Amino acid sequence: MQISHRLLLTGTAAFGAAGTIATPASAQTMTLSVTLPRLSVAEYHRPYVAVWIEKEGATPRTLSVWYDVDKRGGEGTKWLRDVRQWWRVSGRSMKFPADGVTGATRAPGEQKIAFTAGRGPLGALGPGNYTLVVEAAREVGGRELLRLPFAWPPKPGATVRMQGKSELGAVVLNFGK
Amino acid sequence: MKARLTIAGAIAALLIPGAAQAHRQWMLPSSTILSGDDAWVTVDAAVSNDLFYFEHVPMRTDGISVTLPDGSSGKIENAATGKYRSVFDVHLTQPGTYRIASVSSGIMGSYMLNGKRERLPRGTTKDKLASAIPAGATDVRTAEMSNRNEIFLTLGAPTTTIFKPAGEGIEMVPVTHPNDLIAGETATFQFLLDGRPAEDIKVTIIPGGIRYRDSLNQMDMSTDKDGRLSVTWPEPGMYWMSASIGGGRAGGPGASGASGMGQDNAGSQDDGPAGPPPRRASYVSTLEVMAP
Repeated sequence: MQISHRLLLTGTAAFGAAGTIATPASAQTMTLSVTLPRLSVAEYHRPYVAVWIEKEGATPRTLSVWYDVDKRGGEGTKWLRDVRQWWRVSGRSMKFPADGVTGATRAPGEQKIAFTAGRGPLGALGPGNYTLVVEAAREVGGRELLRLPFAWPPKPGATVRMQGKSELGAVVLNFGK
Repeated sequence: MKARLTIAGAIAALLIPGAAQAHRQWMLPSSTILSGDDAWVTVDAAVSNDLFYFEHVPMRTDGISVTLPDGSSGKIENAATGKYRSVFDVHLTQPGTYRIASVSSGIMGSYMLNGKRERLPRGTTKDKLASAIPAGATDVRTAEMSNRNEIFLTLGAPTTTIFKPAGEGIEMVPVTHPNDLIAGETATFQFLLDGRPAEDIKVTIIPGGIRYRDSLNQMDMSTDKDGRLSVTWPEPGMYWMSASIGGGRAGGPGASGASGMGQDNAGSQDDGPAGPPPRRASYVSTLEVMAP
């Protein structure tokens, strides 16, 4: 189950059998809800959050990254490596900012992002077992990571739910009907 | 025996890692894995007993070189040397893996002159050996030594351009990239001696934080016939890795001569078989192992 992320990468197999999967007329949608806990701490900074998907034998694909995009001179990128598991599997080979993927940090509360198969960062997915990973790292705070397994193509209306303990609240993945 | 003592003294004076003294030489970077387009790393450099605490002498910074990811030379900045440690900065502006290294080589040894054993001057090199030995010297004993102390830093994705071996002394060639080490995973490194796979080199790995525990927790390993060894990291943190041959604690080829390291080059009868001078080499690196 554990996907190896070491640098001895052999192939960079794509998720989808590129070109062979036509996007259906009504494309599959996927909504991710990430709840960032409200923390009562002396010094609070909104966490850096990365969302990506993994499939055994394939290169992980980053869906979303929230970081201090507006800091002068790109200084906000300095702390991206603290989202350390994402940094290793995907972040370190990306350029920042990344169109359609990176955005500003978000406030505590429920944050929703939607993806459509065949479009944007999600792209085309071949059938198989995937894991969506959400990792949050907070300046002068902690770090937490949740893994949400799902199968593709999904059952319409299927839901995967995980509960964080410290830096993440509920994380819910909903597939459209 | 006398030669051994003499040379051990010279080793201590030169601050060579892994030598007869218990002192360990090290460089400790503030980060090894970095993001962004422009980053700074500050490095502590010292020789000490405990890892990684400054409590003995600073490491000299004048011989420290920087190799950029594209293979060209960079520089250290803001170098300062205090009582117990040196500090310097490295400015990273190119994506990829950097090497910060202190590499030295030379000849050490001694000779008899007028009934007294004299030591070769510090800093004697191979090409200056002939002029360093005065006329009338007998029982010349020499050993060639190569020392390497290096650390690696990566901005963005790891690269491997800098790992092209120089072909001198002990070198480490990664199978697992040294900036891609994770607790619980197994890393493999290959060691070379003078550019060739070094079989049966003794390698010691010690986790930092010695001051706050009773046991050293040291891992002693030997390279296989291809010069390779594998280590599974027990926990995240900074680790000191050391290898040496030709004397000191590590043993290895060249350590088994009649006087430990002496070699008779001047036709005297009393020591060991004729042959090339024993090879002495040492290697040190500091490796950062991340939490999964």
